[in-house]
Amino acid sequence: MRTLLRLATAGSVDDGKSTLVGRLLYDSKSVLADQFDAVERVSRDRGLATADLALLTDGLRSEREQGITIDVAYRYFATAERSFILADCPGHVQYTRNTVTGASTADVVVLLVDVRHGIQEQTRRHLAVASLLRVPHVIVVVNKIDLVDFDEATYDRVSDEVLASARSLGLYDVATIPVSALDGDNVVTRSERTPWYDGPSLLAYLEQLSPVGDPHSEPLRFPVQLVIRPQSAASEEFRDYRGYAGQVASGLVRVGDPVTVQPSGRTSTVVGIDFAGQERPEAFAPQSVTLRLADDIDISRGDLIVTSRSVPPVTQDIDGTIAWLADGSLVPGTKVLLKHGTRTVQAMVKAIGGKLDLDDARLLPAESLGLNDIGHVTLRLAKPIPAEEYLHARGTGAFLLIDAQDGATLAAGMVGDALLDTKAEVEAVGAATVPA
Amino acid sequence: MTLTDERRLTQLQWLESEAIHIIREVAAEFERPVLLFSGGKDSVVMLHLATKAFWPAPVPFPVLHVDTGHNFPEVMAFRDATVERLGIRLEVASVQDYIDDGRLRERSDGTRNQLQTQPLLDAITGHKFDAVFGGGRRDEEKARAKERVFSLRDEFGQWDPRNQRPELWNLYNGRHSPGEHVRVFPLSNWTELDVWQYIGAEGIALPELYYAHQREVFERDGMLIAVSDVSQPHEGETVEKRQVRYRTVGDASCTGAVESDAVTVEDVIVEVAATRLTERGATRADDRASEAAMEDRKKEGYF
Repeated sequence: MRTLLRLATAGSVDDGKSTLVGRLLYDSKSVLADQFDAVERVSRDRGLATADLALLTDGLRSEREQGITIDVAYRYFATAERSFILADCPGHVQYTRNTVTGASTADVVVLLVDVRHGIQEQTRRHLAVASLLRVPHVIVVVNKIDLVDFDEATYDRVSDEVLASARSLGLYDVATIPVSALDGDNVVTRSERTPWYDGPSLLAYLEQLSPVGDPHSEPLRFPVQLVIRPQSAASEEFRDYRGYAGQVASGLVRVGDPVTVQPSGRTSTVVGIDFAGQERPEAFAPQSVTLRLADDIDISRGDLIVTSRSVPPVTQDIDGTIAWLADGSLVPGTKVLLKHGTRTVQAMVKAIGGKLDLDDARLLPAESLGLNDIGHVTLRLAKPIPAEEYLHARGTGAFLLIDAQDGATLAAGMVGDALLDTKAEVEAVGAATVPA
Repeated sequence: MTLTDERRLTQLQWLESEAIHIIREVAAEFERPVLLFSGGKDSVVMLHLATKAFWPAPVPFPVLHVDTGHNFPEVMAFRDATVERLGIRLEVASVQDYIDDGRLRERSDGTRNQLQTQPLLDAITGHKFDAVFGGGRRDEEKARAKERVFSLRDEFGQWDPRNQRPELWNLYNGRHSPGEHVRVFPLSNWTELDVWQYIGAEGIALPELYYAHQREVFERDGMLIAVSDVSQPHEGETVEKRQVRYRTVGDASCTGAVESDAVTVEDVIVEVAATRLTERGATRADDRASEAAMEDRKKEGYF
């Protein structure tokens, strides 16, 4: 059975992300003839000697004009082992919000570093984004290895530097691979030009990675999207049907399971799990199903059905970490909307707890957060929500901040100190003892 | 589809679950959604997913067909039979009406895909639709590869690709001001092959022209165009009967057929898996107009 892996690229501008993606697609034979013809034609028109593979993903007019990536391009490719959804993200700091978009759904972030320049501010920012979003795996591609004559010592130096920076941001599951995206070394097949490297090629590594941890060991979380009550619109047998439609965010639910509805705290038992006319004995993340309960209790969109064995507390006060993605700045007193699962509530920023300093991964005091800042905030909500630490619940610990006036998405939010706790932990244990 | 032993979703189950989640979000958060339905395979799959999403209740929104007037008769028959069977309301925005009363002028090449934008936007405004489901997939075309699942359009229907909202996790933000609307693409992450495998797995019926059949065609611009009321051979173009099928269905005067022996869905899956040309590259003259043909049309409000 072929499984799906979602990956996102990251890294500073000109580190060669789009070229790497183009190489990955081309060498895995995922580029069709007419797409490649178009790239060759444009490359020729520009006077290039070989096809510029970055043109495969830089699909917007202004991207091709400037030779940069502005927004995420999604690409699809497959090998015999696995299908991949690839989000090719921009490197420019002004487009960080697009990189956050790509990384939020990724199982693995592929972070590029130019071996000649080593870590840049954007490299650190993207490591911080990967850490903050709890992306399960990070692969650092040390690119342009051909430009330093495939020198092992140079690679080791850059690799160590990146790994140290990653650890300071709480990322431990990080691999590094020496690559020339332009020539294809170690992208799909192992290169003979890096005999000192004994790891797998990038594609082989992606094929072997275990997908996100076992979601079924987590407690059931089921955000209710809508209540299905066909009444007179259905045939006789379904006139009294009442089901709660949603996608299992985490865990497993079986017929007969005792459940609790948050924030009301009412309890009931699952008597049916329906999917488009089929009755199922169980459902698990991320299946979209419809649950029927034994009792006719008040449940509507925005409620969270959870296992009664593990009930998240409800609260109107949230301490969270956010990536601020809007042009304006966030100051205490700002009123926003908070979207958590299927519920949207009003929220007020009570305090800003600090801003992440990317150079040494420390939290600095701050009075406001500006575009692309990562910081800590305290929020007061107009209604209680069942909030869980994002660290332990990627499915139900995430929220959006939305501008109540124009509807713009302002921030990606995570309940708890996702990033910063880890940093404290690292300091407590001592960086030297943390496994690479 | 059957579940796997180890409680992991297959790729198709994952895509289906994601699409149903998206469709339900729209039904829950918008006042007046509509689903674009042409009888083409992507819109057929999208409508099939909508029926699964709300079972046992009916699909809670109407469908809209932007009709170029350059149709394949079997697709129109399929469209009408489908809405009849599901008991849903069909709205039609007719390009022909616009040409007849002078609001649009026929293009010099006679093709009408580009002319669909104005009737589409007028229908959205006229019916006050606030969410419009489209069957667009990111693997189709490089501008589409850039688009969000929830894609905001301003009051002129325009897409601003340089200033898209961040789209985080599966928390879709459908907020919009009066006059604006949101295009929603539940099949964003599907490939042409996924669509066909799903059609096979679910036993979804399609218009017959998606399977190999004999048809009178002539070659134009490297594509096989069917002889019909709206597409007659020019001088020097010879008509031949060939065994063909359609990979996409659009304006009949500029949608190409491909030579094929694939008469069943299984045959088509094998064919699509082995193809060396993209769906649009093989069948759409209008997308080959320039490097940014699709992006430019999308910015103006096209699908």
